[in-house]
Amino acid sequence: MPNKASGVRVLVGTRKGAFVLTSDGKRERWDISGPHFAGWEIYHVKGSPADPNRLYASQSSGWHGQLIQRSDDGGKTWEPVDNKFVYDGVPGTHQWYDGTLRPWEFKRVWHLEPSLTDPDTVYAGVEDAAMFRSGDGGKSWQELAGLRGHGSGPRWQPGAGGMCLHTILLDPSDPARIFIAISAAGAFRTDDGGKTWRPINNGLHSLYIPDPTAEVGHCVHRIAMHRSRPSVLFMQKHWDVMRSDDAGDSWHEVSGNLPTDFGFVIDVHAHEPETIYVVPIKSDGEHFPPDGKLRVYRSRTGGNEWEELSKGLPERDCYVNVLRDAMAVDSLDKCGVYFGTTGGQVYASADAGDCWTPIVRDLPAVLSVEVQTLS
Amino acid sequence: MIRVVLPQHLRTLARVNGEVMLDVDGQATPRSVIDALERSYPMLRGTIRDHVTREHRPFLRFFACAEDLSHELPDTPLPDAVLSGAEPFIILAAIAGG
Repeated sequence: MPNKASGVRVLVGTRKGAFVLTSDGKRERWDISGPHFAGWEIYHVKGSPADPNRLYASQSSGWHGQLIQRSDDGGKTWEPVDNKFVYDGVPGTHQWYDGTLRPWEFKRVWHLEPSLTDPDTVYAGVEDAAMFRSGDGGKSWQELAGLRGHGSGPRWQPGAGGMCLHTILLDPSDPARIFIAISAAGAFRTDDGGKTWRPINNGLHSLYIPDPTAEVGHCVHRIAMHRSRPSVLFMQKHWDVMRSDDAGDSWHEVSGNLPTDFGFVIDVHAHEPETIYVVPIKSDGEHFPPDGKLRVYRSRTGGNEWEELSKGLPERDCYVNVLRDAMAVDSLDKCGVYFGTTGGQVYASADAGDCWTPIVRDLPAVLSVEVQTLS
Repeated sequence: MIRVVLPQHLRTLARVNGEVMLDVDGQATPRSVIDALERSYPMLRGTIRDHVTREHRPFLRFFACAEDLSHELPDTPLPDAVLSGAEPFIILAAIAGG
């Protein structure tokens, strides 16, 4: 029987705490632990690929600001580490919603991305948009200021959720190459470990900015890659699903027959680099699924040709959203796919999306979902 | 000893029950009390005052002896009743949010 000796740990961040969902390789029965950090917003929890017991969590609140929590036992116990995120040098200014200039001001950590090889190295994507790095397990943080110092920085502006750096992709084939995305500045890439960055938005077309093909200003919602083919990127933009075959140097649209190409999440099958998943959302003004039907769409052709996946998902009266960090895959065979909703459900498919079941139905609004495949 | 009452989330974070008792160096003021608090409970750094501006977070209030001290200068001496331990220095999370 496949996967009998393996297990899965799903790390869920919500508006009111973190939850850890565990199962064996069959992914039929689940244990739920939590809430951890009850009452706090948990934007993201992620485990180290180099040590699955090492987890990092971003914990924040409007009352008490930002905390970073670290676990060394797979989420059973946690210790707060350093929470001091100070911009390098004079912070400078960026665009505010009304076109005025506003100083950079740290608000929260949206995304934590542990190194692929070192459990003590972890990157943090923050609002107002910047990237920080810790090389000591979160005990201290230093900004990779070359990103914010890119000449376009004063032209960056917040999206509706704030000016957040929400996506960090580490290239498994090249430790010096990192991709990031910012709402609403766009995607950027470094090829020198974060010293210098350049925008990679050529081919994006956004009608909500004065120049639809501008170098920056695009509201990129999420980027995904398959680790075997890191120069191929998939993007869910505010509107449009996009693909790049040259590490972001150029993009082309692959929305194809999707019922709407607005959405937040996008992810790639663990074993099939051309199989990708999105959750279409009706529009930027109506953040819920079209027709009240929650559906995942899967393309087995790297985009353009999409099939509806609805078995086990609500067929009517469903008006939840699926936020940008709230989809993940495991690497079992068959590939498991998971996503969480603002209604508090976490859905899982143990057969690459063919059938879905809710692991839990009534959590606080889900902000993020990550998966660890355990051996 | 200065008695300090923390909001629930900070008691959980600091792993304390009830009030915190602090020795404060020199004049007891909101600033020196929070300095002493952060020395004893380093995990609270940044949760009461912003790391950069050192201003107290906007949704927190400082109360003592039925007075709101939140808008006093941070080096204003605390009331005698707080110095004697008769009354606590209260750090309160404002009623806001959901």
